[in-house]
Amino acid sequence: MDLQYIGLKEINGPLIFLENVKGISFEEMVEIKLDNGQTRHGRVVEINGDLVAILVFEGTHNLSLRNTTIKFSGHAMKIGMSENVLGRVFNGLGEPIDNLGHVFVSKYLDINGSALNPVARVYPRNYINTGVSSIDGLTTLIRGQKLPIFSGSGMPHNDLAVQIVQQAKLSDEKDEKFAIVFAAMGVTNDVANYFKKSFEEAGVLDKVAMYLNLADDPIIERILTPRCALTAAEYLAYEKDIHVLVVMTDMTAYCEALREFSSSKGEIPGRKGYPGYLYSDLASLFERAGIIKDSDGSVTQIPILSMPNDDITHPIPDLTGYITEGQIVLDRELHQKGIYPPIGVLPSLSRLMKDGIGSGYTRDDHQSLMNQLFASYARVMDARSLASVIGEDELSIVDKKYMNFGKYFEEYFISQGHKSRTITETLDLGWKLLSILPKQELDRTDEMILERFYDKEEAINYFNIKDKTIIKELKKEDN
Amino acid sequence: MNKVYAINGPVVKVKNATEFTIMEMVYVGKDRLLGEVISISEDFTVIQVYESTVGLKPGEEIIATGEPISVTLGPGILTNIFDGIQRPLNKIYEKEGSFIKAGTTVPALNQEKEWEVTFKVKKGDHVEFGQEFAYVEETSLIKHKLLVPNNISGEVKTVKSDGKYKIEDVIVKVEDKYGNLHELTMVQRWPIKKPRPIKDRLPLSIPLVTGQRVIDTLFPIAKGGTAGVPGGFGTGKTMMQHQIAKWCDADIIVYIGCGERGNEMTQTLDEFSELIDPKSNKPLIERTVLIANTSNMPVAAREASIYTGITIAEYYRDMGYHVAVMADSTSRWAEALREISGRLEEMPAEEGFPAYLPSRIAQFYERAGYTQTLNNNNGSVSIIGAISPQGADFSEPVTQNTKRFVRCFWALDKELAYARHYAAINWNLSYSEYINDLSKWYNKQVGVEFLDARQKFIKLLAEENKLMEIVKLIGKDVLPDYQKLTLEIARVIRVGYLQQNAFHKEDTFVPLDKQLKMMNLILYLQKEAKRVLKEGKAFSLLLKTNIFDKVIKVKYDIPNDQLVLFDNYYKMIDEALHAIK
Ligand SMILES: Nc1ncnc2c1ncn2[C@@H]1O[C@H](COP(=O)(O)OP(=O)(O)O)[C@@H](O)[C@H]1O
Ligand SMILES: [Mg+2]
Repeated sequence: MDLQYIGLKEINGPLIFLENVKGISFEEMVEIKLDNGQTRHGRVVEINGDLVAILVFEGTHNLSLRNTTIKFSGHAMKIGMSENVLGRVFNGLGEPIDNLGHVFVSKYLDINGSALNPVARVYPRNYINTGVSSIDGLTTLIRGQKLPIFSGSGMPHNDLAVQIVQQAKLSDEKDEKFAIVFAAMGVTNDVANYFKKSFEEAGVLDKVAMYLNLADDPIIERILTPRCALTAAEYLAYEKDIHVLVVMTDMTAYCEALREFSSSKGEIPGRKGYPGYLYSDLASLFERAGIIKDSDGSVTQIPILSMPNDDITHPIPDLTGYITEGQIVLDRELHQKGIYPPIGVLPSLSRLMKDGIGSGYTRDDHQSLMNQLFASYARVMDARSLASVIGEDELSIVDKKYMNFGKYFEEYFISQGHKSRTITETLDLGWKLLSILPKQELDRTDEMILERFYDKEEAINYFNIKDKTIIKELKKEDN
Repeated sequence: MNKVYAINGPVVKVKNATEFTIMEMVYVGKDRLLGEVISISEDFTVIQVYESTVGLKPGEEIIATGEPISVTLGPGILTNIFDGIQRPLNKIYEKEGSFIKAGTTVPALNQEKEWEVTFKVKKGDHVEFGQEFAYVEETSLIKHKLLVPNNISGEVKTVKSDGKYKIEDVIVKVEDKYGNLHELTMVQRWPIKKPRPIKDRLPLSIPLVTGQRVIDTLFPIAKGGTAGVPGGFGTGKTMMQHQIAKWCDADIIVYIGCGERGNEMTQTLDEFSELIDPKSNKPLIERTVLIANTSNMPVAAREASIYTGITIAEYYRDMGYHVAVMADSTSRWAEALREISGRLEEMPAEEGFPAYLPSRIAQFYERAGYTQTLNNNNGSVSIIGAISPQGADFSEPVTQNTKRFVRCFWALDKELAYARHYAAINWNLSYSEYINDLSKWYNKQVGVEFLDARQKFIKLLAEENKLMEIVKLIGKDVLPDYQKLTLEIARVIRVGYLQQNAFHKEDTFVPLDKQLKMMNLILYLQKEAKRVLKEGKAFSLLLKTNIFDKVIKVKYDIPNDQLVLFDNYYKMIDEALHAIK
């Protein structure tokens, strides 16, 4: 189909309006040619009789009612796919920008994808060893999961994402195919380069497809960026049997682009000006993770988002948490204490870990250890808030022990720097930490497990506790 | 011919049409997308489309069906998984592969399968609307009663003999008093937004026993009752629904995944096929039907999924079954209403939700109830609806409006969830209004001590709450011993009783008699400990005995089928306390 129209009826924000249009379809892609030879892209977002509204991805600057020619493509937006996207860099529209020429195309795919039939899914169960204790031990990442990092400005979410990508790759013993799809939305050039460099250092650059819509790129194009990236991921996973890890950053910038589009369309805004359909829109991205029966590949997503004002109830983290299978929350206080990775473990969660840990997966005591660490660390928070009122000296002996446990837990377990730990190391460390609490405080664990793993002496040695009074206290309640 | 005029997401308009009726089912465009007429004016008829409208063009045809959006009711519903408009997802998978395409048409129920039919009427019998005229064994658990449909009554003219038939086969013919002959098959259609008729509503007096202690003991729901479960993400709404769906003593479970995760539906399907119901020794899926309209499926069908589910529930209720409906999450349905309303440019009420949100919520929950069916059986529909409040803020419209129309409120708490105290039901914010209606049943079926013990638990938790205010300011050490004991017993109740581990073999489901025995044991410990304090012994010495922790772990250490072991614990308490010097 080759319908062409000259001139516009109206331009309003990123939208252009055309009159007397016939035979075009909802969400059809259009090409916009300017007099000066420039080409832009757009999508039909509303049809009202013969009046259509088109969203222009690259923005409407320099457009006038006269200087444009609109060409309808006859179909929704598709991009060309083949395994050759690996090792390449694209813009937010899926066009190569690495000067390496066109990508060989074996298939054109609709970037919106289609809803995956729940019957076609395989429930994900295999854990990915990331080497990070707070993740492997407490919020285990599962292959095929969507597990976002909730962060804030200035926190090391990019480091953590890179660390996960690098270490997860190394632990992959079996000779399975893997790939990384990276989508950047509204982040700076530095950030994109940082990722690129670390992929390079890990020697995997030829297995990475990058889709970049950087801070100074057209904002509305951002709406397409994750869709192009996920189309590539689905293609690689489901048609080429590759295990694909998708890193998308920053989802907050993506949502802001969506808000801009929505308000220009005059839609009734929801909370904080975001459109009422933000949930559905995000779901249409995040649900494109998983494993299907008909292929051996998988799509695992690690979206990164910055919480405005570190506020987890802000609509973006809030709606994300309602869709994703858990979240890894970075904590500013830990960050300020110099702890890396500053993972706030209490609000963090992996919904899929329950079926991917324990005997046959990690170790049979994993579930108990995790429950107990969470419960005990939550008690630390109570003790700390009490201490802030009455002073640490006035705390009861038990509360003091919790203060002590909290300190060690943060210094030894959470704070691990960039080196990798095996799952055994992580679990053993967890038990050692619990062993500095009185045994009867461990009320989430059954006796048999405690019998096997509770060992006060070893804890004292391991943490090199020298203070005589602490040792005395620690040993006292044993009998 | 009626043609598409305007398209805005799931909303399609037709210009100058007059023959549509409100709530009529229509097919839109060349792909025959399923839609429903939602408003009519002189200029425009507005249709909401239950499938993606990408690729739809103005000028494409819209076909009226003359029928409201309906479900197909008949054998083959159980063990199945449908989307929001009752398309069988298994069949779609077989036909089209992993991804769902718009405009797919597959009959809801298997039309080829032959069912063994046993007839309950003979030639010359008089039958009435709602009467059972035959049955088939739909699963090894559930006898599917075939009910005379759609206001038909009259004389049976022909009956096939018992044997194998397909659902569309005519098996009975009935002549009404005007001489019209009606052909009955095993299927009937029913409009999803119209409640199925009943003879009478009966008072609620029997609990829906869930095996979840905090519910059965503190905040029970009646068979035929309603409960709202609000909670921020990760607080355990879905797990709670799964737990109830697995273990509650309903006959039939209708599980509606409305706008939630695909993997959760896959998990439910897998798990329920494997899990064996302890009472019947049959896989749980044999009493279950799943409705899956996941968050990435078209928004408008979320609304339909809720009604599809409840209509199926009513249908089984009419056979005399107790049906429990899980709706996860009703907030996604409300948001779908908001989205459509927004596209219609209706005047929004609170937070963009349409003004008719409260009445829609009310109509939905009103379809619950304990009823006398048309054929004089008793059946019930209980509804448990999850609510996903924005920012975990319970003052938002969906939570508040649901609260007006449900009688159980199980408020899930972020802090409890962070500390991994599950079920994270906040005992200060939650309530059940059924307790009086159910007291007779508890007294008779479980024992008069049950509600007594419950009352004592509630009092202890309230005392703890008050004491914690003080502790937060000055610490625990300064409290007198008897108050320390109160705190310790409250801890035993919280950790040893209210908290329940869904992943633990013994703890995942706990029968009422064990619940009572656990309560009694804890209260005995309290009584005895109090006595020892009165004798002037220090609380610190009591703590040293570790007896509190032994009692906390009773939930794991005494299997559900070895309740005699409780006796040992009484001895243990006596010995431990006696040994204190
Ligand atoms: N009863 C329970 N026992 C153990 N873990 C639970 C329980 N309820 C919830 N959880 C944990 O909390 C996580 C989130 O629960 P979920 O029901 O998915 O939350 P929601 O639906 O409210 O977002 C689960 O993946 C599980 O790890
Ligand atoms: Mg949920």
